[in-house]
Amino acid sequence: MDWLAEFPSLGKRDLRDLKKGIDGSFREWSRSNGDAIEAFFDPLYFFLVWLEKLLIATPWPIILVLVAAFAYLGSRSWQLALGSVVSFMLIGYFGMWKDMMATISLISVATLICIAVGIPIGILMSRYDRVQSAITPILDLMQTIPIFVYLLPVVMLLGIGRVPGLIAVCVYALPPIIRLTNLGIRLVDKEILEAADAFGSSYRQKLFSVQIPLALPNIFAGVNQTIMMALAMVVIASMIGVKGLGMPVLQAVQNQYLTLGLMNGLAIVALAIIFDRVSQRYGQRLQAHRYGKEHE
Amino acid sequence: MVKDFKRIDMGKSMNKPKLKIKNLYKIFGPKGESFIDPVKNGISKQELLDNHGHVLGLNDINLDIPEQRIQVIMGLSGSGKSTLIRHINRLIEPTSGEITVDDEDILAMSQLQLREFRRKKTSMVFQKFALLPHRTVAQNVAYGLTIQGQHEGVAKEKSHKWIESVGLSGFEERYPSQLSGGMQQRVGLARALATDAPILLMDEAFSALDPLIRTDMQNILLDLQKDLHKTIVFITHDLDEALRIGDNIAILRDGKIIQKGNPQEIIMKPADNYISDFIKDINRGKVIEVRSIMQKGSSKGVSLDSSCPLEDALKILNNEKNNECSVVDDKGKKIGKVTLDAAISALFREKSLKKSEKYK
Repeated sequence: MDWLAEFPSLGKRDLRDLKKGIDGSFREWSRSNGDAIEAFFDPLYFFLVWLEKLLIATPWPIILVLVAAFAYLGSRSWQLALGSVVSFMLIGYFGMWKDMMATISLISVATLICIAVGIPIGILMSRYDRVQSAITPILDLMQTIPIFVYLLPVVMLLGIGRVPGLIAVCVYALPPIIRLTNLGIRLVDKEILEAADAFGSSYRQKLFSVQIPLALPNIFAGVNQTIMMALAMVVIASMIGVKGLGMPVLQAVQNQYLTLGLMNGLAIVALAIIFDRVSQRYGQRLQAHRYGKEHE
Repeated sequence: MVKDFKRIDMGKSMNKPKLKIKNLYKIFGPKGESFIDPVKNGISKQELLDNHGHVLGLNDINLDIPEQRIQVIMGLSGSGKSTLIRHINRLIEPTSGEITVDDEDILAMSQLQLREFRRKKTSMVFQKFALLPHRTVAQNVAYGLTIQGQHEGVAKEKSHKWIESVGLSGFEERYPSQLSGGMQQRVGLARALATDAPILLMDEAFSALDPLIRTDMQNILLDLQKDLHKTIVFITHDLDEALRIGDNIAILRDGKIIQKGNPQEIIMKPADNYISDFIKDINRGKVIEVRSIMQKGSSKGVSLDSSCPLEDALKILNNEKNNECSVVDDKGKKIGKVTLDAAISALFREKSLKKSEKYK
């Protein structure tokens, strides 16, 4: 009755061979294709470096003015604009200006990529149930798989640096915008869609004049979530050589520098709060028509 | 208050049919087609649902809808009336049957032709308005035109007169959520009229409104119809509304038409107990017109208009010496006479044929 006590498994040797085989062939493949793949991501790399340098080279007063303008235009709130500027000044005063610029450039590019990739995928999912049922498990996987597990093949392929970091951030930050785009479009009132059909709308007309505008609040909630998740990845991305506020945190963890960790950690939190409030307020303003003045 | 019930002179209600529906069946469910024959052989709605899990939506609908008239389709909820109206512009695909508009087969249209048909030939007003909440009144009214590819500025200009005609001038830049229900439905009506489509489909368009507002909207519709002469298919569950605006009425029950005719025919000759019950609470004095109880012959003295309701006729008849009046058509020509006795007996509703026979 031995076989009952022990779960029947592939023999140790077979298992080792299997792992070795896969590892070997992946390594082989990455060696032969690594350069090509790296070349493919080159434009992205240059853009990232360019944006980072631009932000660092821009005189700090200009950045502060831009921050104030961005916060005010997004939220239409003086308090929020003022708060953002003060936070930026404090972060700069404590010597984290350059790291903050690097982080902002990474977050911006990651968010843009997620929007550019995520919204079309979300639209496709909302249109075809099959696409939805195919992509949903992939999104589940992306959100739950331990980050280091997919960090490894990315590093094997692309080495360490900004681009693999960016890819890692995007993998983690992409699902919410896809999910919420899909959800938002599916939640659009059926009667309104029927009206659009009854007047002879084509799919394209319906998408751009009805579905997307009405789904915007949800899509925007997705953008907001994506920004938040990208910021949450900053520290982990620094493990594969991404510069920014995450790097000092990592050093602090390794060397028990309490204050360094706290300062940079709080800077990340401050950025997160600013991005979150501004984008949320903006999203709320997008649906102002829904809360029209009460009649009667 | 009683804005004269629409006159129907017999000649006009025989307008040639604009829309023909023939042997239309709709069975909801994954294998609807395979149940056409059982349905034709008389399987009941309940049986179909219990034993086969399919829902009988429409059962052998035959209806000719005359051009430029208002065809009311009336029934209680679940009778299939909303399903029926959605077949006319193919928002719902039939399981079997024929639908033609101007002798053109709707069901044979490709998606592209269908889109063109919906843009140019039909427009629709919805029970819950279905306006675009993120667009202003003017943009909503112009919606059909922009869908046709017209530039938004041009479309807005064209839609202006429709906004005016439904009495919403000055509200162009408001959003739907800033308007009351009645005003929102005016936007819905203006949006439907703006495309100049000859066929107007109205799906319980006024059912969500307060009674007073509803009467207002009916008046607006009837006033507009005097100039526009559209072919209107109007769905309602409200008998008063049906009698008030319908040139013709079809009554639907369990997906089947159980009676069709003009309002007078429905009231004077209800086809079965279900309809008798339906009409038992109406004010017959207001609804029945003298032409429905007209006899041959003529009389001296005062003449009554053929569309005069009994309520008004009674007093005049009573004052006449021999309680008789001539009836004249709208050109003033004598076409018959009415007597007080006939008018009084018409006020009593006919007894149900058999009290005990209860419909489901």
